[in-house]
Amino acid sequence: MSAPTKTPSAADSVTTGERRRPRRRRQKGIAGNTLWFWVFVGPFVLGLLIFSYLPIIWSLVLSFFEAYNTATPSKFVGLRNYIDMLTDHNFLSSLGTFTIFAVFIVPLTFVLSLVLALLVNQVKIARAFFRSVFFLPTACSYVVASLIWRLSIFNGVRFGLANTVLGWFGIDNIAWLSTVSPPWYWLPLVTVRLWLQLGFYMILFIAGLQRISPTLYEAAYVDGAKPGWQVFRYITLPQLRATSVAVLILNLIAAYQAFDEFYNLIGNVNYARPPLVYLYGISLGSIQDLGHGSAGALILAVIIMIVTLLQSRIFGFGKAGD
Amino acid sequence: MAVSERTTGTPQPIGFTQSTLGRVGMVLRWIALFIAVVLFLLPFYLILRNALSTEADITAPNWTLFPSHLQWSNIKELFDDTQVPMARALYNSAVVGVLGTAGQLLLASMAGYGLARIPYRHADKIFYAIVATLMIPGAVTFIPSFIVVSSLGWVSSLRGLIIPTLFSGFAAFLFRQYFLGFPRELEEAARVDGAGYFGVFWRIVVPNSLPFFAALAAITFIGNWNSFLWPLVIGQDSSSWTIQVAMSTFITAQTINIHELFMAVAVSILPLVLIFAFLQRYLIQGVTQSGIKD
Repeated sequence: MSAPTKTPSAADSVTTGERRRPRRRRQKGIAGNTLWFWVFVGPFVLGLLIFSYLPIIWSLVLSFFEAYNTATPSKFVGLRNYIDMLTDHNFLSSLGTFTIFAVFIVPLTFVLSLVLALLVNQVKIARAFFRSVFFLPTACSYVVASLIWRLSIFNGVRFGLANTVLGWFGIDNIAWLSTVSPPWYWLPLVTVRLWLQLGFYMILFIAGLQRISPTLYEAAYVDGAKPGWQVFRYITLPQLRATSVAVLILNLIAAYQAFDEFYNLIGNVNYARPPLVYLYGISLGSIQDLGHGSAGALILAVIIMIVTLLQSRIFGFGKAGD
Repeated sequence: MAVSERTTGTPQPIGFTQSTLGRVGMVLRWIALFIAVVLFLLPFYLILRNALSTEADITAPNWTLFPSHLQWSNIKELFDDTQVPMARALYNSAVVGVLGTAGQLLLASMAGYGLARIPYRHADKIFYAIVATLMIPGAVTFIPSFIVVSSLGWVSSLRGLIIPTLFSGFAAFLFRQYFLGFPRELEEAARVDGAGYFGVFWRIVVPNSLPFFAALAAITFIGNWNSFLWPLVIGQDSSSWTIQVAMSTFITAQTINIHELFMAVAVSILPLVLIFAFLQRYLIQGVTQSGIKD
C-alpha cells in the first residue's frame, strides 16, 4: 500500500480491467507460480485448443478440399468451395431470408423489450410479478415454443387458435406455415422469437434503467422538461445507450444464428431457410459435404464478425459512458 | 456522488406526474400491461390445456377453454410410447444439464482465478487467446466441432454431447473479471495461515462467491437443457437424444398425437419452472451479469 503507483489495489484493478498487471507484488510469496498457473488454467486451455481452435483450423483446411462423407480428404480444390458457395443460389437466398428476418426481429425486439422494461419499471405494485411473467418464457426452449406455435396457435386447421379467432369473424382458415404468398410464415417465425427473448432483453433494460441516477430526472424536472416523452427522449434514452448497443448487437448475432425455430416450424424448405438450416442440410444431411459446409460456415462467421464490428463502430461501442 | 443531494429533493418524479393527463396515461399503461401479461401467459395455458386433454377435445371444431375432463393418463401414455424414448431422453438431458453445468463452472472458475490471481509471464497472451474465441459466433462452429467429435468417435454418446460444450471462453472471462474484484484481504488472511493457491481458492474464494456461481449455474443449466442444434447434430441414434431432440422428432413423426406431445412439453419445462420459482433472483443476476460485459 505504500507505493500506490506500482501496486494498484484490488479495487483499482476491477475498474481499470486488464491494463496493468496487479500481481507483481506477491511474486515472492509463493513458489511454483508457473506450475500453479497451469494447474488452474491448463485444463481449460487444453479443452479450448481441442474444441475451439482445432475445429476452426480443421474446418479451414477442409474448406479447400473436396470432402464428401470424410473429415480427412485428399483432393485439394483451392477456392472452389468458396466460389461455389458464393454463387450458390440457395446459400445466397438463405442470407436473404436472414436479412428479412433481422429487419423484423431486431427493431421489434428492441422497441418491445424497452417498452416492457419501462412499463414494469413504472409499476408500483406487484412489480416482481410482472417481471416474472415476462421473463418466464426464457425457461422454454425454441423446440417447446415451436411446438406450441406450430400445433396449437398457428395450426393451419380450424382448431388452431389463430384460425379459431379468425373464424369468429368469418374468415377462412389460413395455412400459416406453408402459405408462400402472402408470406404468412413470417408471423409465427417472428412472434415465437419475440415471445422467447423479449423477457431476456427486458431484464437488461431494467438493469440499465435502474442505473440511471434519480438526480438526472430531478434536474430535468427542475429545468421544466415535460414528463413523458421529453424526459424519455432527453434523459432516459441517452442514458440507456450502452444497454441499447448491447441489446442490438446480441440480438443481431442471435438472429444470424437462427436455426431452432425455422427447423422445427417449417423445416428445410427453400422459401424460408436461414443460413444455418441450409448449412446443416448440406453438411449433415444424406450426403455429408463437409468441404462446402465448412466454406459456408466460415463465410457466415466472417459476415457476422464484420457486421458486429461495423455495428459497434456505428453505435460507438465503448464511447458510451456508464 | 449525488447521494447527498438526493436526500434533500422531493422524493419525485420518475417520469410522470399525477395530472389528469398522467391519470389517462396510467390507465393506458395498465391496459398495455394487462394485454402483455395475457399474451405472455397464453402459451403456458395452451401447454396445460392440451397436455390434459384428449385428442378429440383438442381437435374439436369449437374451441373449448378447458378440457372436458383432466386426462392425467396422458402422462402414462407418453412414457409408454415406444416410438419416442421419453424416459431415456429425460435422463440424457438431466445428465447433460448437470454434468455440463458443473464441468463448465469448474473449468471456467479455475481458469478465471488463475488468470486473475496467479502471476505468470504469459498470462496476458493466454487471456487474449481465450477472449479471441468470443469473436467466433457459437452456432457457426457446429460443423467444425462435429468434424472433431466424429473423429474422436463420440457421435451419439453422452461424452460427445457434454465435453465439447464445457470450455466456454465467455464463462472464463466472466469469472476472471469477477475474481479481479474479489477482496484480496480475505485471501491474504488465509495465505498467512499457510494456504496455497489451491487451498485459498477452494476454502476462501469459492465459498464466498456462491451467489455468483449460482447465477452462472442457473443460466448455464437452462442453456444446456434447452439447447437443440448441438444435441441434434450429435444425437444420431435415439439412445442419445436429449428431450429437445426427442420432442422435435415427435413433430415430424407420421402421426402426431398433440395431447401426448404437449404432455412431453409440460414434462420438459417442469425442471426449469422450478428453477424459475426458486432461483429467479440468481437467474436475473446472471442475465444482467452475462448480458452486458461491463
